[in-house]
Amino acid sequence: MKLRFNRSQLCIPYALFLILFVIAPLLVIIYYAFSNGQGKFTFDNFIGFFSSTNTLGTLLYSFALAIVTTLLCLFIAYPTAYFLARSGFKKQYVLLMLFILPMWINFTLRITALKEVLTLLEGNISLHPFLNSVIGMTYDFLPFMILPLYTSFLKLDKNLLEAAADLGANKFIVFLRVTLPLSIPGIISGITMVLLPSMTNYVVLDMLYNSTYIMGSLIGSYFSAYDWNNGSMISLVLLVIIFIVTLVTNRFGDKDSDARRTVL
Amino acid sequence: MKKYLRLCWLALVLALMYLPILILAAYSFTDATTVGGGVSGASFDNYINLFANESLRNMIFGTLLLAIGSALLATIFGTLGAIGAHYSKKLSKNLLNTANQIPVVNADVVTGFSVCVLLIILLGISKDSFIPLVIGHTVLSAPFVYLSIAPKLKQLDNSLYEAALDLGATPAQALIKVVLPQLIPGIFSGFMLAVTLSLDDYFITTYTKPSTFDTISTYVVNATKGSQTEIKTALWALSTLIFLIVVAFVVCINVIPGRNKEKKDEKI
Repeated sequence: MKLRFNRSQLCIPYALFLILFVIAPLLVIIYYAFSNGQGKFTFDNFIGFFSSTNTLGTLLYSFALAIVTTLLCLFIAYPTAYFLARSGFKKQYVLLMLFILPMWINFTLRITALKEVLTLLEGNISLHPFLNSVIGMTYDFLPFMILPLYTSFLKLDKNLLEAAADLGANKFIVFLRVTLPLSIPGIISGITMVLLPSMTNYVVLDMLYNSTYIMGSLIGSYFSAYDWNNGSMISLVLLVIIFIVTLVTNRFGDKDSDARRTVL
Repeated sequence: MKKYLRLCWLALVLALMYLPILILAAYSFTDATTVGGGVSGASFDNYINLFANESLRNMIFGTLLLAIGSALLATIFGTLGAIGAHYSKKLSKNLLNTANQIPVVNADVVTGFSVCVLLIILLGISKDSFIPLVIGHTVLSAPFVYLSIAPKLKQLDNSLYEAALDLGATPAQALIKVVLPQLIPGIFSGFMLAVTLSLDDYFITTYTKPSTFDTISTYVVNATKGSQTEIKTALWALSTLIFLIVVAFVVCINVIPGRNKEKKDEKI
């Protein structure tokens, strides 16, 4: 019998690649998080994380910053996406491109531009760290919120809206009872696209006022201090948070509207 | 009237998004050293410096090389993976889909740090070999290539492949000559996505790069902390150039399909 070429064997290189460079690094992180510099098993890093006011404060600050940023993005993006998708503008697609286009400019360059403008407006921007962090994060992540919302509004069946209006609902009720519930998958995927990065993207804050207080920056500082064990512990905490958020959003989210993928 | 108000809202959001970039672009053509600072005249010095300064030139060239190189690797791995997974049994397909999802949902900081700990700290691969950097960028973008090809595979007509086999093609030939050409749009958009992800990355680069090498992101971050105004204002020029290239690119992809459509209409 001749050995037959099997198409499914083509995934072997990629499977190996994922095992070696995606799964193995995560296992190594877990190992480092629960061992000390000499490689001995220990809970010290774990206890250290949850007993230090510095790390716990950072965790709370990250949550606060991420939640405020996400809400502000949602507040701006929701009407924007709605108007874009449902106003029947002639050049709807071109308008959408205008909102996505900034995503293709390197984010560090965009934050540089924002920093110059904020400095011009406020003088010393380090006087309002929280406000400016929220502005910076919102400026960076807004397109990621607009895109999934836009796709969920596009999918909205016009007949449903007309049916609701025919059955006597006024415009406000139609929005509240039909449009809003149907856009929830878009809202959820928008939230995941913004919430997690704004907990970890410390470069935005680092560039705006040279000091940072969020979860991502802890990894950065342990990296600079060659403290792999504590850095791994922070990574593990972040991984658990990401895992929980993903589990929750997979139940309610819209899998088709991953913003990064919709870009092209 | 209602439409007018809606347009006003959209214009306001667009203005907020674009004003910083446009103001910076305007100042990049002057001799000012801060935005809002004194302008004594128009000047192209920033643009000249951008190409005259060797470290800036090397940085731009290195960033592009890394983006294209890692995107090629990511495209090869992602394409093979997606095709293989499509024809695999359900269990292995689900396993591959799940593993593929990890770098997509994971924070870039964690991806970068974990790759750094495994390759550089545990296995002792030198940063200067560029191997951790290229692997890190491939890990970042290959899953997105996989994801942009998977839906195209679902749309494939399997009878074309079988027809090729019936007509005497070997499975490998049928795959290369029948299946692969139909996937080209997906492969191309996956490749482009991989390039943009690599160009925009900061975290994976900073944890895995050789200390003498910089991409645009790491270079800009270091430059904002430094005090060299000449480099700072040259970066305004870089930002403006990238903005113009992106605008030109977007105009091109919007105009070209539009023309094709018009031609099709004429034929009808």
